[in-house]
Order: sequence, then C-alpha cells, then structure tokens
Amino acid sequence: MDANRIIVVGGGLAGLMTVIKAAEAGVNVDLFSVVPVKRSHSVCAQGGINGAVNTRGEGDSPMEHFDDTIYGGDFLANQPPVKAMCEAAPGIIYLFDRMGVPFNRTPEGLLDFRRFGGTKHHRTAFAGATTGQQLLYALDEQVRRWEVAGKVTKYEGWEFLEAILDDEGVCRGIVAQNLRTMEIKPFAAGATVLATGGNGMVFGKSTNSLINTGSAQAAVYQQGAKWANGEFIQVHPTSIPAADKLRLMSESIRGEGGRVWVPKDGKPWYFLEEWYPAYGNLVPRDIATRAIFKVCVELKMGVGGENVVYLDVSHLDPKMLERKLGGVLEIYEEFVGDDPKKVPMKIFPGMHYTMGGLWVDYDQMTNIPGLFAVGECEYQYHGANRLGANSLLSTVYGGMVAGPKASAWMKNQAKVEVKPSVVEAARKRAQERYDSLIAMRGTENPYVIHKELGELMTNNVTVVRYNKNLEETLVQLDVLTERWKKINIDDAGPYSNQAVPFTRHLWNMLEQAKVITKGALLRNESRGAHYKPDFPERDDANFLKTTIAEWTPDGPRISYEPVDTSLIKPRPRKYDVDKQATATAAAAAVPSTLDAKLASESAESEDKKIKREAQ
Amino acid sequence: MSKTVTLRVRRQDGPSQSSRWEEFKIPHQPGLNIIAALMEIQRNPVNAKGEKTTPVVWEASCLEKVCGACSMVINGQAMQACATLVDRISPNGDPITIEPMSKAFPLVRDLVVDRQKHFDQLKEIHGWIDIDGSHDLGPGPRMSPEDAEVMYELSRCMSCGVCYEACPNVNEKSPFMGPAIMSWVRRFNMHPSGKHFSKDRLEALMGEGGVNDCGNSQNCVKACPKGIPLTTSIAAMKRDTTIHGLIGFLQKP
Repeated sequence: MDANRIIVVGGGLAGLMTVIKAAEAGVNVDLFSVVPVKRSHSVCAQGGINGAVNTRGEGDSPMEHFDDTIYGGDFLANQPPVKAMCEAAPGIIYLFDRMGVPFNRTPEGLLDFRRFGGTKHHRTAFAGATTGQQLLYALDEQVRRWEVAGKVTKYEGWEFLEAILDDEGVCRGIVAQNLRTMEIKPFAAGATVLATGGNGMVFGKSTNSLINTGSAQAAVYQQGAKWANGEFIQVHPTSIPAADKLRLMSESIRGEGGRVWVPKDGKPWYFLEEWYPAYGNLVPRDIATRAIFKVCVELKMGVGGENVVYLDVSHLDPKMLERKLGGVLEIYEEFVGDDPKKVPMKIFPGMHYTMGGLWVDYDQMTNIPGLFAVGECEYQYHGANRLGANSLLSTVYGGMVAGPKASAWMKNQAKVEVKPSVVEAARKRAQERYDSLIAMRGTENPYVIHKELGELMTNNVTVVRYNKNLEETLVQLDVLTERWKKINIDDAGPYSNQAVPFTRHLWNMLEQAKVITKGALLRNESRGAHYKPDFPERDDANFLKTTIAEWTPDGPRISYEPVDTSLIKPRPRKYDVDKQATATAAAAAVPSTLDAKLASESAESEDKKIKREAQ
Repeated sequence: MSKTVTLRVRRQDGPSQSSRWEEFKIPHQPGLNIIAALMEIQRNPVNAKGEKTTPVVWEASCLEKVCGACSMVINGQAMQACATLVDRISPNGDPITIEPMSKAFPLVRDLVVDRQKHFDQLKEIHGWIDIDGSHDLGPGPRMSPEDAEVMYELSRCMSCGVCYEACPNVNEKSPFMGPAIMSWVRRFNMHPSGKHFSKDRLEALMGEGGVNDCGNSQNCVKACPKGIPLTTSIAAMKRDTTIHGLIGFLQKP
C-alpha cells in the first residue's frame, strides 16, 4: 500500500504549521481534524505571542527570552530546543505579520508589544485580545491555498482512533473514523504527526475547549508511546467559573495594568504587589495562582468569604481597554453581565494548560519511529510551568521543526510502503472496538462519570497536592474505570453518533488522569506548577528529572531521565526580587558542590537509562 | 418544587428523516446557558414526559463565542448557544425553543448543520495573502493603527453562519453567497500585499449570487454575534466591484 505522504492529526496552530512546512518541502499531506480546523482550540488563546523583537529598546534579546522561559519553567525543560525556539521567535512574529495578521500597531506603523507574566520586557505581539484566533486564521488561509494547489487533503470531522504500527513497531499511518457516517478507515503514511492539543477535559471544567480530551495522544500512549512530565498542569490564576466551563480572563489584562486585590480593613489589598514587589501582578501563573489560593483558602479573605478575588481594570483608560483588551472584556460582560470598565471582575484560578505530554526528541519524534508530536500534546518547551504567550510560540515553532523533520524522515526510508495485512489488522481492531462500545448496555452514564472524574482531579491534583489524597485519587480512578465498563451508551444511532466517541474519549481521559496523578504522587518536591506543602522546596538532587510514564495494564510505570541543563545553570527561582539578583546570589552561594551533585545525578540517571534500554 | 427550565428541541435523526419536537425540563441554576442546559440532558437523557431518550446531538467547542461552532436558532433567532443565558432569553421562565439553522446549510442531525459551503467560499474568493514562503523574510508591510484596527474588526468573523440564517436573500433556491464572505473580501483587499489580488476577489463577487444580490435588509449586521460591520463591508464591495467593472468596460479594446 502506497504510503508516500504525511498525515497530520489536528488542525490547530501546531498542526497547520506542520502542514505548511511539509507542503513547502514538496510532500503531500492528509490533514485530519475532529472539527473544521478554524474551530480548533488555538482560537481561545487571547493575550499574544512572545518574541524578543526589542522594538522598545529595552535591551531584550532571544537569550533573555530563553533565560526567562527556563527560569519560569523552574529548570525542568531540556534547554537546547527552548533556546532554538526563542531564537526563532522574532522571525515567527514577522511571518505572521506577512501573512496579514492584524496585530496592534504603534503610531509609526510597527508592531506593538505588551508585557506578560514572568518577564520585565515588552515582548508580546498581540491582535486585540484574540491573538490565537487571528494566528489560527492566518495559517488556515495558507493551508487553504495549499489545498487549492492540490498538495493538502483535509479530512475535517474525522477522528484519530489509533496508529498503524508494523511488525517492527514503526508507525505507518492511522485508523480514523468519519464522525458523520461513522465509517472506520485506515490511512497509510510515510510519517504521522499528532498535533492534538491539551487535555483540559480530564479536569471536567477548565479553560479548554470541549474537544480537548487528549484522546489521540492517550491512544498512542496505550500503544507504547512514552508520556513525559504528565503531573505538570498549569492552573491559570484568572478565570470566570460557570456551570459549563471556566472562561479564561487573559493575563494580558494584567499586562496592560490590571490589578488583583481583595478587601482588607475596608481598603483594597493588592497582595501580589505586596508579596512580589519586583514583578507585582505579572508574576508567573503558578505563583499568582498559589497566592490567590492562599488568600482565599488559607486566609479565608476571598471577596465575600467566597473563593473569589477581584481583577480590576476600572482605573484604566476605557479607550485603551477597548483597543487592546476588547475581545476578552466582552466575554466577561457577556457571561457575567457587569462592565469590567466600571466594576472589578470577580475571578478564580482554573485549569488551563498541560506542560507535559508525549515524550519527543529534538526532532519532535516520539519513541515510536515515524510518529511525531507537536504543540500542547507534547512536553518539550515549558518545563514545570509555562510563561504566558509562550504557548502560541511553541505550537508554531514545533510545527516548523516537525514539518521538515517528518518529511526528511519519510524520504530517508528505504521504501515507503506498508503491508496490506498490517493495515487491515489495525482497521479490524478499531472496528471491533467501536462495535463493542456501541453495544454497551450497562447502567452508568458516561457524562456523569466524566463530571465525577473532573471533580476528583480538580480537588486533588491541581494547585495544592498531598500524597494521601493522591493515593486515594488513584484508588478512585480505578473505581471510575470499573464503572466505565458498565456504561449504557444511550444512543446506538448509526449516524453522527456523539455518545460513542465521547465514551472512547472518557476511557482515554481516565488513562491520562492516572499518568498525571501517579507522576504527582511520586514527585516529592515542589517545582513550578507542582506544589506539595509537605515537600515545599525544589529538590534538584532528586528531582531535576523528566518524569516518563509508560503504559501497562496495571497503570503507568514511572521512570525518570536527566534534563539537559547545559546552557543555563539551575538557580533558585524567586519573583520577589529581580532575576539578576538570583543569578548573582546563585553564582556566589552555590559553588562547585551543586555542580558536582548535578553531574553525578545526571551520570547516574544516564546509567539507569542505558540499563533500561538494555532490558 | 425547585425552579426548572423548559427546552423544546427540534430533533431529526438524519438528513432524510422527518423532524419532531421533544421537550425537556432542566433544573434551573444561576448563570445557566443553553450549552450547560444541553449538557444536563446528556447526563440524564429523559424527556419531559419522563421517557428515556437519546441525548440531543449538538455542536460546540470553545464556549467563549470565538470558535463559531454552536450556532442554533433559539426562540426563532440564530445565535451562539454558549453565549445565550437562560435567564436573559426567558426571564419569565417561558419554554425556550431550540432548532438547527435551516436556510443556508444542510442538516446533519438534531442541531448540527454542515457549514462547509462557507469554507468553500473562502477558496473561491482567493481567501489568503500570497506570501513567497514561510521562511524568514523580515517584517511585513507597515500599517497605520487605524487600518489595522478595521482589519482586526473584520477578522473576528468566526464562520458561525448566523448572518446567512438572518439574511432574507439566502435560501435553498437562491445562489446568493451571503453576507460574511463579502466582508472577508474587503478584509483581504485592505491588506497592503493582499491588494495584489483584489481583482480576483472582486470578480468572485460579481457573478450570479454576488454582492449585487444583497437586498439591503440590514438583518445580517443586527444578527452578527461579533458585531462585525457587515453592511459597511457589503456597501464597500458594491462600490469596489462597480468601479472595477467600469474600469474593465472602459479598457475594452
């Protein structure tokens, strides 16, 4: 069966950029997406995209951006790819500019930049407060151009079911399902790229879209792909809680001067500004979220005694707000009913992003040869905490790497074809699985189990984590898994059936929940977004390591591999003082002992890795 | 008894099946929107008569009024279900009717319709900027903040299809392309390098079903969930196509 083409699964920014780069390399591409690609979750990104263009003459540079990103991620990211991303960032912003993205402009007609969390520089290019939507549309337009030119075939409304793996364990394509006719069909390919986004739905309600179940990456995890750093979940400090979702209130609101406060002794208490004078309201998200938790949960000082704090822009110029934040303030007014230009917004943290995901090498390839991953579904760029406006950058940069690398990988194969028997076996397995799902006639409702899964994960595996609760969560996840087996599908319709795909996703969400929870349980330290009051300090000696989860029928098997910190030496992460102060202090106070420790640590892990591979 | 919300949903199992109404009673809660109400039906697929039924099939994704997926006809008007609060649309607790859009897009199942037509139109109008490649060629053309702002306004169109449903000139038999696509032509033609292909785009609007089929009812601009100045765009395209046609006529040998 001819497989001389690339398959890209997912039509958000990461997938579309992969498609463009592969098409430019002369390769034919099949693009799969569960929704029309213009409705991908990238539309929800609000604040902007980072790149050290330094138009303000602030002395910003890609190296400064690199350092902010590594420091913001608490030194858990492998450094070389992050450096390459930051170096590419200004060019990426210019590319979008050429594609016609209506970025906000300065009076001179240049791109305007704003500040975001975890940096002191104006580094974030933006299009109002719907930057993700605008970037996505720009790439969608370029892909449409390739579609008209005959290089790209779109399969919108098709869902990835599983990877086709040959006898040597190489990925040779995918099995997918048409979500209208419910037809299940195999597609051969010389290389396959997953660009299937985050997994916010594991937490029930989050800032993510309903499609963000992480189902595709969980499927290949169960086929042997490694999952890295699953326990690192970003909880965004500012969202509006509601019955159906937590609506994001962009960090750009604080970037443009918004202030967070609660009433104290009849006056506003700007606790972020008081606790973190160097960065104030623009501390990274993990720091801001923990501070809000402390104020509401620990000190019981939330507005009206509830889990609510104010996010206030009412002191700012309404015209500026309209121009730079219109799209996001509109969301607040629409869903809450108050005008944020006049009254402070009521907000609370909400699950937002997964730093972890499929393990990939520096070419974006997973441990399954021929299977690549890019964007939020992989783990590579953000370490233990992602800085705001770095997500759009990492999706696009990842696509710029994956497109050419996947094309090259395919071209380097001796022959690009796949045995019909391998393809047919995969198709048959997927069809049988579907047939057994649609025949489920138990007593449980999948949407009810999903709601309970979300509450369990949100209560125990988000901002503050205790080992006792994590252990109990693992037990409860097994209980939910057993209940899953007793689902009644409620809809056995042969056409446009939504109940079966959702039930399939729910299984895959349970698998991911186990990866997240077990990774969190075993990591006895606090780093970035992962915080344990019983282990409040970062522990580089034991945990400056990437967590690796591998699927087994009895739950994830966890191991660790060393982090490449060859470019920036790890130092304590503090946001009450300027970054330079921590660098100087680290240089003075941490002589060779830590280095020696790290070196032996990494040598030891390297040892273990070799042993593991030998087994 | 605690307060309930009544939904009357028009249901249809597939394009060639007949449609029926089904009524649901949902527990009321503050801030409830139509999507959250439909989610309640998923968790408890039982209709108002107490009969077990299939969960309603509907389309939604971002729930923040930016992906454009969840357009439905609610109490007779097309709108985004995620941004429609139950208390706002039915302050007295009257039953709320929910139907699929029916004028421009073929039905798939229950509340889901196929809006591929709109995406195909983006191909017909040369809906992209012609860049020389995705390699680094430095910054794009400079633009005034004012022009960028107008372009941004137009670029917020989320392909939801609500303006097609609101337009009296769009229906199964009419070839009229509908309002949204006119505005996209204006948006691409505004851009300094997008202009290079403005002729192609204008000509796409000059045939049968083009911009002159607009009857100027102004319904689109009132219905647009994003407040996009659609009628301004249509007027601009009427003017630009007229000028383009006139120049073409004068240049004829």
